[in-house]
Amino acid sequence: MTMWIVVVATSVAAFALKLAGHLVPQRWFANARLQRINALVPVALLSALVVAQGLVTKTHVVLDHRLAGLAAALAALFARAPFPVVVVAAALTSAVVYHVH
Amino acid sequence: MPLPRPTVRDALSVSLTVGVYGVAFGAASVAAGFSVLQTCLFSLFTFTGASQFAAVGVVGAGGVAASAVAAATLLGTRNTLYGIQMAPLLGVRGPRRVGAAHLTIDESTGVALAQVRRGTRAMRVGFWVTGTGVFVFWNLFTLAGALGAHAMGDPASWGLDAAVPAAFLGLVWPRLDTGFLRVVAASSMAFALILTPWLPAGLPIIATTLVAVGFGWSER
Repeated sequence: MTMWIVVVATSVAAFALKLAGHLVPQRWFANARLQRINALVPVALLSALVVAQGLVTKTHVVLDHRLAGLAAALAALFARAPFPVVVVAAALTSAVVYHVH
Repeated sequence: MPLPRPTVRDALSVSLTVGVYGVAFGAASVAAGFSVLQTCLFSLFTFTGASQFAAVGVVGAGGVAASAVAAATLLGTRNTLYGIQMAPLLGVRGPRRVGAAHLTIDESTGVALAQVRRGTRAMRVGFWVTGTGVFVFWNLFTLAGALGAHAMGDPASWGLDAAVPAAFLGLVWPRLDTGFLRVVAASSMAFALILTPWLPAGLPIIATTLVAVGFGWSER
């Protein structure tokens, strides 16, 4: 049930936000501070998701095979690898460490 | 009137490249516990990558539904700003406006704005072809990723549990093109980790909105 709530509520909210941009007067969103903050929200949330998914189990910081995967991803990004290579490098490295342990 | 070919070429190459990310989303969603059907509905109806990743990311981290929806919605606010820019350019009404709204995402807006030297018509074509192209490829690859992850079983055994945070890293990486943005990213990571033992799962992620507010409050 939780899953369905997430799917439906996320979809409704996402569409409402998109439609709002096409319907509301432009000046409502002209505030410079609002625009600056809005531009930083994706960076903040996506960064938090990296550590929340890679270094956290429930409510504890846990350093395990996923950290090795993230390190591989970071190395791939520094080497300017395309997105799929980054993800596959992380998966392979993590899986190897997981099975060795 | 023939379609502006360079614009169509740009639009289709962006569509395919971005669409492939759908595999990562499909796999992440199934790894977080969503069904294949729910995963596909996400891509059909939410259709904005970062929000979708955030929603399944928070659920995967053990967060409650409200946290997942809140994180996704915070990431969706930028589409409102895109819509404000695109509406006067597209000049559509009725059902086509609903379609335009649904296709208002990073890529369709980005390609449209990049066509500015080729004229208004090229901008419109850029928007519609990119939006439609991403929609088609994103949904096809989501299905492929979901079915693939479904067939794999234990996510850790295949490294899927590391592929998901790596995907987030890959999504945020291209945005970190200034020292300031790298400081915002590092601060957000530190803030989320510090809050982790003190808040229910998922909330530390949403709390990093405060980091964005703090850094964006005054002009730099």
